Amino acid sequence: MLAYLDNIVFALLLAFGIGFFSRNIRKIIRNINLGKASSRSDQPLARWKNMAMIAMGQSRMVKRPVAGFLHLIVYIGFVIINIEVLEIIIDGIAGTHRIFSFLGSFYYFLIGSFEILAFLVLLAVIFFWTRRNIQKIKRFWNPEMQGWPKNDANLILYIEAVLMLLFLTMNATDVPFQLAQHGNPISGWMAPWFASFDADTLHTIERAAWWLHIVGILFFLNYLYYSKHLHILLAFPNTYFANLKAYGQINNLDSVTKEVALMMDPTADPFAAAPESAAHAVPEKFGAADVFDLTKIQLLNAYTCTECGRCTSVCPANQTGKKLSPRKIMMDTRDRLEAVGKNIDANRGKYIDDGKTLLNHYITAEEIWACTTCNACVEACPVNIDPLSIIVDLRRYLVMEQSAAPSDLNNMMSNIENNGAPWPFNQMDRLNWKDL
Amino acid sequence: MSNLGQVRTMAEMSAAGTSPEVLFWVGCAGSFDDRAKKITKAFVQLLQKAEVSFAVLGTEESCTGDPAKRAGNEFLFQMQAMTNIQVMNAYEVKSIVTTCPHCFNTLKNEYPGLGGHYEVMHHTQFLKKLLDSGRLTVTGGSFKGKKITFHDPCYLGRANKIYEAPRELIAKLEAELLEMKRCKSNGLCCGAGGAQMFKEPEKGDKDINVERTEEALEVQPEVIATACPFCNTMMTDGVKSKEKEKSVRVLDLAELLAQAAEL
Repeated sequence: MLAYLDNIVFALLLAFGIGFFSRNIRKIIRNINLGKASSRSDQPLARWKNMAMIAMGQSRMVKRPVAGFLHLIVYIGFVIINIEVLEIIIDGIAGTHRIFSFLGSFYYFLIGSFEILAFLVLLAVIFFWTRRNIQKIKRFWNPEMQGWPKNDANLILYIEAVLMLLFLTMNATDVPFQLAQHGNPISGWMAPWFASFDADTLHTIERAAWWLHIVGILFFLNYLYYSKHLHILLAFPNTYFANLKAYGQINNLDSVTKEVALMMDPTADPFAAAPESAAHAVPEKFGAADVFDLTKIQLLNAYTCTECGRCTSVCPANQTGKKLSPRKIMMDTRDRLEAVGKNIDANRGKYIDDGKTLLNHYITAEEIWACTTCNACVEACPVNIDPLSIIVDLRRYLVMEQSAAPSDLNNMMSNIENNGAPWPFNQMDRLNWKDL
Repeated sequence: MSNLGQVRTMAEMSAAGTSPEVLFWVGCAGSFDDRAKKITKAFVQLLQKAEVSFAVLGTEESCTGDPAKRAGNEFLFQMQAMTNIQVMNAYEVKSIVTTCPHCFNTLKNEYPGLGGHYEVMHHTQFLKKLLDSGRLTVTGGSFKGKKITFHDPCYLGRANKIYEAPRELIAKLEAELLEMKRCKSNGLCCGAGGAQMFKEPEKGDKDINVERTEEALEVQPEVIATACPFCNTMMTDGVKSKEKEKSVRVLDLAELLAQAAEL
C-alpha cells in the first residue's frame, strides 16, 4: 500500500484540482444562463472560421506587433507544453518516469522544443512585467486597474514564470535525462548550477520540482475563475458567438416592433382586451438595467475579458478625459454577475433582490452618455468582445423605461417626433436647399 | 449659387408615370444645415453632370431615426423607420444613395429587418461607380498635386468596412493623399456619433474633434476631406479652434469632385 502512496496522493490531488475547477465552470455556465437567449447559432461555417482566425490564429492580437508577438509566444508555449502535462499526469498515476521516452529521438525532440518554448515564455513574461510595471503603459494604469486588477495581472505573470522555471529545473536535475545529452538545450545549460549536489539531493530537487510543477498547474487552473485569465478558455466560444454582421447595425427590438406595428395599424382596436395568454405575462423590459436583462453572449463577453485595455486605449471618449472606459463596462458587468451569482449561492439557488443594479451601482449614466458609438472598442478587442452593445442596452433602459436622457437629447428626440428632423426645422422646408 | 438643374421629387416622377434610377436620400443635415446643404448641392451637380436619373423625397423624407436609436429610443427609431419604409415602398424604391453615412448605415443595415429592402449606397461608392463606368469624368483640376488627408467616418469605415471608395476618389483628383496616424479601421471618431452631435460632451479634458483635428493638422494638409456632414461640422469647428481656417479647408468629397469639375 505504502508503495503506492505517491500514486494515490497524485490521483487525489488531480481529482480535487479538476473537480474544484469543474465546479467553478458550472458556476460560470449557470451565471451566463441568467442572461437572455440570443440567436447566434446561424452560419456555423463562418463562426468556426472566425474562431480559427481570431482565437486560434490570434489575427487581432498581432495588430499591435510587440504585444502580439510576445502573446503569441506565451500562447504557443501554453498550448504545446501541455503535451508535457499529459506525460506528467500518466507518470503520476502509473508511477512511471518519462513514459513517453520510448518514442526515442522524437521524444527528445519534443522535450527540447518544450524547453526552448519555456525559455521564450519566461522571456516574454519578463517583457510583459516590464511593460506593466516599469514602462507603465498607460492602458495598464487607468483608474479601473487599481488594486486587485493590477495585482491579479502581475500574479498571473509570476505564476507563469514559476511554472516555467520548475519545468526547466525538473529537467536540469534529472541526471539520466541530462546524461542522455538530448532534448536539453536549456536545462543542459542550467545543469552545471547543480553540479555540486550529490545524486540523492538532485533526485530530491527533481522530485520536488516535478510535484510543485503539477501542483502549480492545478493551482493555476483553479486560479482562472478568480482572475481575469479565463480568456484562455472562453476566447474560443466568445469568438464563435461573435457578431458577424456589420458593426454599424444595432439590433431592432422585436418587442418594440410589435408595439409600433400596432400603433400604425389603422384597423387595430385600441380597446381590445389583451389575449388570455398575455393577461398574467410580465411585460418585457425595454433595454437593460441589470445583468438579467443582458444576453448570454454579453455575459460571456464579460467573463472572457482579460482586461488588456486595447478598447479603452482607442476609445475617443476615454482619450479625451471622459469617465467612459469600455474595459470598465466589461469588468463591471462581470463584477455584478459574480455578485448576483454569490447572492444565488447564499440564498439556496434563488436571487434575492440586493437593491443594486448594474446600471447606477456599477456603471453610471455619465459613462454611457459619453459613448460616440464609433465601434473603435469593438474593432480593437482581440477576442470579439462588444462593449458597445451593453452601452446601447443601458441607454435604452434609461430612455425608454426612465425617460432619463440628457435634456439636449430630449430636445433632439422631440424635434424628430414633431418635425421629422433632429433640429426644430419645418418639414415643409426640406427642399429649400434647392433654391438657395 | 443657383446653377442647379431641375431636382425632381418622387411624387412628381410618380405623377408623370416614371421612376428614377436612384433615390437620393438627402438626410436632415443635408436638408437643413447650411454647411451640409452645400454638400447636397455639389452632389446633385455631379449627378446632373453624369446625367443620372434621380429623385428626392422632398417633404416626404423624414429622419431615418439614427440619432434616436443610438440615444436609446428604439420606439422613436422604429416609428421613423416604419413611416419612411411605407413611403419608399409605396414608390417602389429599389436603390438609394445618400451623402450621410449615418443614414446610409441605418437604411442599409437596420431597415431590412423592418421591411425596407433596398440597395443602399454611400455617395462615395456611387461616385466611384459613375467614374469607373465612364459616366462621369473628373480630372484633378485645382486639386492636382494638393495635399489632402481623409478623415474616415465611423459609420462608413468601421461600421461598414468601406475604406477604399473615398480614397479612390481622392486618387482621381490626382492629389497627394496623406494618411493620418490613425486611419481606416483605426480611425479616430470626430466626436459626433451616437447622438453626441446633439448634446454637450461629458466632462473631460479635451473635445474629441480637437483631438482629431490636431491629428489631421500633423500631416500638414491643404484640405481635410470628409464624407459625412457631421464629421464636416466637427472638423470645421476643430480647424477654427486651432485658427487654421485660412490655410486648411474642410471639404466633402462631393465638393472636391464638383470643384475639380468646375461645376
